[in-house]
Amino acid sequence: MNRTRSLFTALAAVLLGLVAGAIFMALTGADPFKGYSFLFRGGLMNLERIGNTLASATTLVLTGLSVAFAFRTGLFSIGAAGQMLIGGLVATALGLSLELSKPLMLFVMLLGAALGGALWASIPGYLKAKFNVHEVVSTIMMNWLAYWVVYYSIPAYFKGTFLETESRRIPEYASLRVDWLSDLFKGSYINLGLILAIGATAIIALILNRTTLGYELKAVGFNRHAAEYAGIDVSRNIIMALGISGALAGLAGATFYAGYSVNMQIGVLPAAGLDGIAVALLGANSPWGVFASAVFFGILHSGKGFMNAMTDIPPEIGDTIIATIIYFAATSVLFVRFYDFLRRKFKKEA
Amino acid sequence: MEHIVEMLNVSKSFPGILANDDISIQLRKGEIHALLGENGAGKSTLMSILFGLYKADSGVIKVRGKEVQIHNPNVANALGIGMVHQHFKLVHNFTVTENIILGIEPVNGPFLKTADASRRIKELSVRYGLDVDPDARIEDISVGMQQRVEILKMLYRDAEVLIFDEPTAVLTPQEIVDLMKIMRNLKAEDKSIILITHKLKEIKAIAERCTVIRRGKVVGTVDVAGTSTQVMAEMMVGRQVSFKVDKRDREPGEVVLDIKDLCVQSSRKTQAVKNFSLQVRRGEILGLAGVDGNGQTELVEALTGLRKAESGSILFMGKDMTHASIRGRIRGGMAHIPEDRQKRGLVLDYTMEENFILEIYGLEPFSKRGFINRKAIRAHAAKLMDAFDVRAGQGTLSIARTMSGGNQQKAIVGREISHDPELLIAVQPTRGLDVGSIEYIHKRLVEQRDGGKAVLLVSLELDEVMDLSDRIAVISHGELTGMKLPAETNEGEIGLMMAGVASGGHA
Repeated sequence: MNRTRSLFTALAAVLLGLVAGAIFMALTGADPFKGYSFLFRGGLMNLERIGNTLASATTLVLTGLSVAFAFRTGLFSIGAAGQMLIGGLVATALGLSLELSKPLMLFVMLLGAALGGALWASIPGYLKAKFNVHEVVSTIMMNWLAYWVVYYSIPAYFKGTFLETESRRIPEYASLRVDWLSDLFKGSYINLGLILAIGATAIIALILNRTTLGYELKAVGFNRHAAEYAGIDVSRNIIMALGISGALAGLAGATFYAGYSVNMQIGVLPAAGLDGIAVALLGANSPWGVFASAVFFGILHSGKGFMNAMTDIPPEIGDTIIATIIYFAATSVLFVRFYDFLRRKFKKEA
Repeated sequence: MEHIVEMLNVSKSFPGILANDDISIQLRKGEIHALLGENGAGKSTLMSILFGLYKADSGVIKVRGKEVQIHNPNVANALGIGMVHQHFKLVHNFTVTENIILGIEPVNGPFLKTADASRRIKELSVRYGLDVDPDARIEDISVGMQQRVEILKMLYRDAEVLIFDEPTAVLTPQEIVDLMKIMRNLKAEDKSIILITHKLKEIKAIAERCTVIRRGKVVGTVDVAGTSTQVMAEMMVGRQVSFKVDKRDREPGEVVLDIKDLCVQSSRKTQAVKNFSLQVRRGEILGLAGVDGNGQTELVEALTGLRKAESGSILFMGKDMTHASIRGRIRGGMAHIPEDRQKRGLVLDYTMEENFILEIYGLEPFSKRGFINRKAIRAHAAKLMDAFDVRAGQGTLSIARTMSGGNQQKAIVGREISHDPELLIAVQPTRGLDVGSIEYIHKRLVEQRDGGKAVLLVSLELDEVMDLSDRIAVISHGELTGMKLPAETNEGEIGLMMAGVASGGHA
């Protein structure tokens, strides 16, 4: 019953967001139907565009899982962006420094990215567990630390051939893009990160629902006093929860900088970090819900450029729709009430 | 006789439950009228309607013979209806006067005129024997005094009808006596009082009439003087209840828990437990009596490992457990029914079956190599819910939050007893429960004792300690102030020891 309710909430939020977007389009003097048809065609029209949509979604799945996992364990992590940067930096550094066969190279890079993200996130975890420092504050601070670490280390050690502000291109044997996948989707940005994201979703779902680790983490998240009473090590679990969340964001960084993109730029906090919060919210913090909502956001992201090119509608409308959906998802309490009201009403009449 | 308040044929439903079903209750001027019912019977809903917090679906409210619509508490106040809530609504760093005038501050331009208010509060305080200092800060005065501030708040607003919601739950025996006196003074001044309670002794002591509610319906209104507590209890529960705990004499066995010179600090770094020594034996229920906040919480937390012991030692089953982990103590045979079932005892957002394995999820058959075995967990939960009479809408899959307090507590008691512990530490095991559940839980505690286990019962309810215990220890300001056999003492003596007046003879 809870699941139907979440699904109803998410769909209602999406629908209302789209309606609001239509109103905005109409207000700018454009035809909403035309706008939406280009928006969705932009995301889904052909295999290449579907590939790009999935490539955008890949990063969002992982950051969304990162936020959702932390949330399920009672932690509100804003740190996905910084953990992504660290994960990306570790992957890039390994990719530019080592020369290994592609499978081994990718394995080492992904492992490094996950560990980097996990370590980066476990610092706020430690601060929370030992000194009760609120994770919202500390993860935001860690974002900026990551930003500056990247800002100084890329030009210092991995400076690009032409530009000071980006790293060298990672070599082919260190890229998550593979020919067969690119060929299948007619040369899009799609990469092995997608498979990683599907695997990560399945594993996180497994951890949360089937393992004693998930049971412990959720117990701490719901009620740390009761968890402590039952003999669960609360501090260890908080660090562990943020660590796993950070590992997911670190992997997102690897897929973004060594898959979607081919190098790292300095001076940018990746938007996918914060977007992960929206993805998690719309996905009701359930792993497969996150996956679905990331794909939806992927469509909007890759479709808004096409809409802009084909109509007079500014691409910001795409962002506005996303923002409105987030707004409706956040006020989902109202939908849940409405849903319950409908259920009662139908029950009474039946 | 004149009725000051009449609620006629009032009904109120919430999703899935009819909280008040055609309830009528009439309050005479100058009477103390008790409203008796189990938890969830609908007492609070009915009073919330009278106080303007809820709107009735149907029915009529008349005040002084005139039909009224009470949309919100301000309307209730204007009609002279006031309420002392179970949890006081006071600002802790304000003085008594500031709290009382809050919302109706007398002003002179932009300035407060507290002097007049203070004088009037003093007058009221003397007139009703409340003994409240208008200039004291709330955080510096006792709980009993805070309650009297709440009473003054109503009197200051010229309330004629006073609703008391479970007023004695937070008081010591002596404070309860004082409160009864104050209620009699109020009555002498022609105030009318509605007393919400499930304690029959208090009704017997103070009320004239009593309306009993069960499952949202009025069972009847009786004259208290002509009705025995037994009859009222049966009206409330709907079946026969036994007050006497059936307990045969039993020789206590070896020492299971040996506390020596234990010192524990409170969260505010004050010495909460001081050089406390106590032994609990097999086959006995040791009752620890005391006023709330005298170190019981810290003592229990130190025993169960939730709090660090500063010095002293805790020997459990002959082993030093002073610094053992919480899990180590649980595995070693210690079980704990916590003081606050919603804070410590349950993960409210977990289902029943998940809550039943809170301490044992890591053991087979509930999990194997880190993977949870749902089937075993479900079977375990079904067995316990059946054995301990835990009722919930969706069986083992019910979310704990959706269950009544009584069923939540029975679930915790069942879970802890199912671990087959050597020592059961039961803190306030029947707090806020109805007579039926209390009776049931008491029986289970005695069963533990009869089975040769040790039980440490920590309770603020003196009756409970007196009825169940084989020995009674009294704690005051973190120190052991007495040890008595129930047969050789009485409530008065224990009450004095609870207040810190040590008594000689140890049992």
